[in-house]
Amino acid sequence: MSARTHMPVGHEAVESKGWIGAHRYLLLRRVSQLFFLVLFLLGPWFGIWIVEGNLAGSLTLGVLPLTDPFILLQSFVAGHLPEVTALIGGLIVLAVYALIGGRVYCSWVCPINPVTDAANWLHRKLDLPKGWQPKRSSRLWVLATVLLVSGLSGVIAWELVNPITMLHRGLVFGMGFVWAMIAAIFIFDVIVSRHGWCGHLCPVGAFYGLIGSKSLLRVSATNRAACDDCMDCYAVCPENQVISPALKGKSGHTPLILSPDCTNCGRCIDVCAVDVFNFTHRFDDHVVQPSDPVAAPEPRAARPI
Amino acid sequence: MPLVDTPLSPQRRRFLQDSARAAGGCVVAGSVLAYLARDARALPAEALRPPGALPEKEFLSACIRCGLCVRDCPYDTLKLAELGSDAVATGTPFFTARDIPCEMCDDIPCVAACPTGALDPGLDNIDDAKMGVAVLVDQENCLNFLGLRCDVCYRVCPVIDEAITLETEHNTRSGHHALFIPTVHSDRCTGCGMCEKSCVLPEAAIKVLPTRLARGSSAEHYRKGWEEKAAKGAPVVEGIIDLPDRLPGPGTDNLVSPGGFAPGYELPGVGQ
Repeated sequence: MSARTHMPVGHEAVESKGWIGAHRYLLLRRVSQLFFLVLFLLGPWFGIWIVEGNLAGSLTLGVLPLTDPFILLQSFVAGHLPEVTALIGGLIVLAVYALIGGRVYCSWVCPINPVTDAANWLHRKLDLPKGWQPKRSSRLWVLATVLLVSGLSGVIAWELVNPITMLHRGLVFGMGFVWAMIAAIFIFDVIVSRHGWCGHLCPVGAFYGLIGSKSLLRVSATNRAACDDCMDCYAVCPENQVISPALKGKSGHTPLILSPDCTNCGRCIDVCAVDVFNFTHRFDDHVVQPSDPVAAPEPRAARPI
Repeated sequence: MPLVDTPLSPQRRRFLQDSARAAGGCVVAGSVLAYLARDARALPAEALRPPGALPEKEFLSACIRCGLCVRDCPYDTLKLAELGSDAVATGTPFFTARDIPCEMCDDIPCVAACPTGALDPGLDNIDDAKMGVAVLVDQENCLNFLGLRCDVCYRVCPVIDEAITLETEHNTRSGHHALFIPTVHSDRCTGCGMCEKSCVLPEAAIKVLPTRLARGSSAEHYRKGWEEKAAKGAPVVEGIIDLPDRLPGPGTDNLVSPGGFAPGYELPGVGQ
């Protein structure tokens, strides 16, 4: 194996764009995750009540209700018709994520994301095998199961185990033994299954993926002609099955990543030394033609994932 | 078409295998989840739901566990159940009367804060709340039952003289005092828990219990004869002949009947 295939992921991007430039969206994402968490914590910790509640349902500045539409759906299936306040809150959340991509919730807001990202970082550091890889569609099965159990038991079923709201509620209201659950997910993602929780099982991600399946905000491999097959985007993407259709599409195929699984995290943009990817909208399917046909990049052996 | 002649496609086989595997996994995961859902309904008797809370089964289909009721409770009465440390469905609001009882705010801010209707917005008068029912569970240790005038539960009751009254009874121990028995009237008791909080004993003698534990229920077909008689203004059954009561012995304790005698339990100090 050549020395280049053993270069750390994103090494070339760091060299060409600098460390900040090669981690721009990662940093922005961490800032966003922290921002939403701090917004909720300002009240209980410092008495500054901008937002009350938690990710399941909240009230901002005493006027803006927001409700998790997945929880509302379970409540509805379980036989309760929520009051108007909750419905309005749910519709607002639904509309926003339908526009910007449902799984933006996963990568920019969800407090579990830093946990599973850390697990993945350790997983790569330890160079562990990817382990149990259930189908990506498993989360849809879990989603269906959750709705079925909600309907049969008359209880909002996923909230009995949902690590997202539990962690968030734990931080905002009181932890209990939630840390043990978070540790379990961390260990699961490190040892048992690479990207196991967020990438294969979590029904919340599956639900948000579905509502954002026609979203406006998309990553596009606009500059795919410049791709030199370094495979860094595949290595860094938590849902790397979404890349190929866009990046390796024949001419005439859309360069847009249209899979609802894409979380719009922007790591592929960060990690690409030749700037293949960029954020755009779903109707912008233009492709940059190589400006100098002579200087086509030299193909090389793929990095083993 | 006979099955043997058609070549089975590997895709079909794979699809069926994958589906069966996924379905099997879902059955396992769903069973665990269903068990947890069933378990979640077992609300401990000490845990009281906020005013206006729907019956427990409906409550768990309605409460999204956002904690807005907790935030708007001015007395920090309500808290969200924490995983593993409170035996209440995780994240749902409850209070423990002995720790902090409900102060029965007139504007019921917790109900106003609830976005889903898990706390029924139809509750507009806190006196109509039914969080539980106070029960004087320990008559052996209650000071009033011992003949003392503690009266604390009665005094602190926000619905004093309606939800709790003091009923006088003869004190058979001293023979010439009254017992002032704190008596809860379930139709007026809101279950706020003030009485339980204030009970002076190390372990409260009066406790708010969930209605399912505190109350029995009368059979639907039972009629109280005296009420029926009063409502009708006459005996319910026509033509009953009221025969003289016959009691054992030559005499009876009925002074009116011939040979009757005065009862043996004449109280001392009571004028003849």
